[in-house]
Amino acid sequence: MSLERPDTVDDGVPAQTPDELEALLGDLVVGRDDHLNAPGFVIRPDTVQETLSILKEQAGYDHLSVVTAQEYENRYESIYHLKKYDDPTQEVSVVVPADKDDPVSETGEPVFRTADWHEREAYDLIGIEYEGHPDLRRILLPETWQGHPLSMDYDRDRPQIATLPEHANPLQDHHKDDESDTMFLNIGPHHPATHGVLHLKTVLDGEQVVDVEPDIGYLHRSEEQMAQSGTYRHQIMPYPDRWDYISAGLLNEWAYARAAEDLADIEVPEYAQVIRTMGAEMCRIAAHMLALATFALDVNGDFTATFMYAINDRERVQDLLEDLTGQRLMFNYFRLGGVVWDLPEPREEFFSKTRDFLDQLPESVEEYHNLVTSNEIFQMRTIDTGILPPDVAKNYGATGPVARGSGVDYDLRRDDPYGYYDELDWDVVTEDGCDNFSRLLVRMREVEESAKIIEQCVDLLEDWPEDERTIQANVPRTLRPDDDTEIYRAVEGAKGELGIYIRADGTDKPGRFKIRSPCFSNLQTLPEMANGEYIPDVIAALGSLDIVLGEVDR
Amino acid sequence: MSSDQPFITDESQVVTETRDARMTGQGDRFNSRLREAFGSSPFILTKFDKFLNWCRGSSMFMLQFGIACCSIEMMHTYAVKHDLDRFGSGVPRASPRQADVMIVPGTIVSKFAPRMKRVYDQMPEPKFVVGMGSCTISGGPFQEGYNVIKGAEEVIPIDIHVPGCPPRPEALVYGVVKLQERVANGEAAPVTVKPYELEEFSDLERDELVDKLADQIDDDELVMRYNFADSP
Repeated sequence: MSLERPDTVDDGVPAQTPDELEALLGDLVVGRDDHLNAPGFVIRPDTVQETLSILKEQAGYDHLSVVTAQEYENRYESIYHLKKYDDPTQEVSVVVPADKDDPVSETGEPVFRTADWHEREAYDLIGIEYEGHPDLRRILLPETWQGHPLSMDYDRDRPQIATLPEHANPLQDHHKDDESDTMFLNIGPHHPATHGVLHLKTVLDGEQVVDVEPDIGYLHRSEEQMAQSGTYRHQIMPYPDRWDYISAGLLNEWAYARAAEDLADIEVPEYAQVIRTMGAEMCRIAAHMLALATFALDVNGDFTATFMYAINDRERVQDLLEDLTGQRLMFNYFRLGGVVWDLPEPREEFFSKTRDFLDQLPESVEEYHNLVTSNEIFQMRTIDTGILPPDVAKNYGATGPVARGSGVDYDLRRDDPYGYYDELDWDVVTEDGCDNFSRLLVRMREVEESAKIIEQCVDLLEDWPEDERTIQANVPRTLRPDDDTEIYRAVEGAKGELGIYIRADGTDKPGRFKIRSPCFSNLQTLPEMANGEYIPDVIAALGSLDIVLGEVDR
Repeated sequence: MSSDQPFITDESQVVTETRDARMTGQGDRFNSRLREAFGSSPFILTKFDKFLNWCRGSSMFMLQFGIACCSIEMMHTYAVKHDLDRFGSGVPRASPRQADVMIVPGTIVSKFAPRMKRVYDQMPEPKFVVGMGSCTISGGPFQEGYNVIKGAEEVIPIDIHVPGCPPRPEALVYGVVKLQERVANGEAAPVTVKPYELEEFSDLERDELVDKLADQIDDDELVMRYNFADSP
């Protein structure tokens, strides 16, 4: 089976027991607050950097997945969810309580670059101040917003004012002399190349980019609040479809399903797992097809052939998904403990349709290689542009095709298996180019791997005995996980590690629901890739990140 | 060939059906049913406004404007299989200054509403708006959100609402064709005063919030004020 873990894991990434970690951290630990997925160490708010750097340097926890902030009756809390890129099943949570009246906590940004945006978001939505943070501003809401919407005393009825400011050139003063001059350029929020409502504050020196700063929050739809006000059993599941809306619905639903099922201890029947795996991989194909289509659009220009070809293939896979789930885009197909209904009848027709799609896929992929990747102009624009070295990618918490295009061998489907993936024969795709071209190539090769997975699932489903087709486990009508149980669980979405943190508060709704969006972390790498490059390379780099703003802003 | 000699070809060598049809004047190629309806007279008598509306409705330029989930279905509507261009309205323009129709495909949030208003203002008159999806009607599934504007109509006037979350491409095609019909018939949505206008900060009524923000925002800066308590 090709699912063998890479050598580093076989040799064993040294795993520490919670007690060893506690001994390593010594006096820094002031208490324990274990989560279902990982041991949790409570530390003082002024020792964040020290703790994180010990865990990173000495224990090998080199991946800061997400920073979750929340408010309790008597305190604020930031949780740093750490993992290892080499073995994401080894997790640890660093819990940092902060004072209720004066919530100040030390920043973790010098240790993990990715903490920059995550802490800004925590400040924006919850109101915790991070001491020593390089740029603690609001990130999702307008600068002029009053109050922190996910804190306890927030009044949703108060009026708010949003501004439409003229963006000044932040570098002009120090760059302007007789010899040189810089120009400030707004790309977005309404721009065809930003894939949605993203705003790039770009400073140019001639044709070169001096500084690019993504400005997000134009699609901040309060997803976390929506999830926190829905019941576990049915009311949350429709929302994940709308995070990453590029047809990756089932992959997102799986993120919520996995977290909630582990939280409520629900076992999913094997048959449902196979259907889930098949559906999720169809979504991945659809999502990567759109990534390819829009990337070609960005790099090649107008509504050209590649776009239409890729959309055509998307339509085919969307037809299959519609047969399966009844919807084209927002599937709402998963339920906690399984899926909502069985494969469409007649099953043979569905199988043969799926096989037809899989049969023509290699031909289409070949066609894309002829159209796009072997195109000399395309290669000139993408090879060796938008360089993202692996250590920088890790520092920013990049995952998914972005990390794998930089040679980081990290795929949760293999490394932290769920569903039916560990029973199937497929490979994790990585490329070492670290450039825009590699990221595209990873996606195109992943399409072929997904096809392999779907084919095996179809084989399995065809032969599945009729009396063993259980699509849902027995799940109580109302779920009330125990008070104060916390869990962070992630799946491999189309864009990378899509994680959900849930804190149960004893009711049938989550006390805190935090979404770890892969695009949020991936987008943060854009300045690293774009600064110093030419302006068309910025557009190519942005396209190769394949962000979707619904997931960046949530 | 010398320059004063016209270019002459041997007629007998080049004979095709198309060429024959062209040489006989009004060939079958041009004999549309519309032309037949005119009969022998090549003149039509109509009101100028009516004619212009018909032209307007028959060729609409959309603004390439992606906001949220619905924009994926909007892209599918433009692309193969659904091909909105069949109805004369399928070429998206990247600049609002070249567009007649704006499809609003997604949720409008507080930070984006002023920008959308600005883009709308940049479109030349006459302009039309198709609201796509539930979010543009009421905020849709996100209506309860603290940051969500309860429908695009709070900010700009909308001619056609297409419900759905998201609407299928067929539904959007239907909505656009309905809009074209209305435009061709000279019907327009009544212009209503929207609750949320883009205005200068100094024009806002003074209250606690304005006083608090006074040192953060310049007097002539454009702002939009949201009264969430009064929102539908």
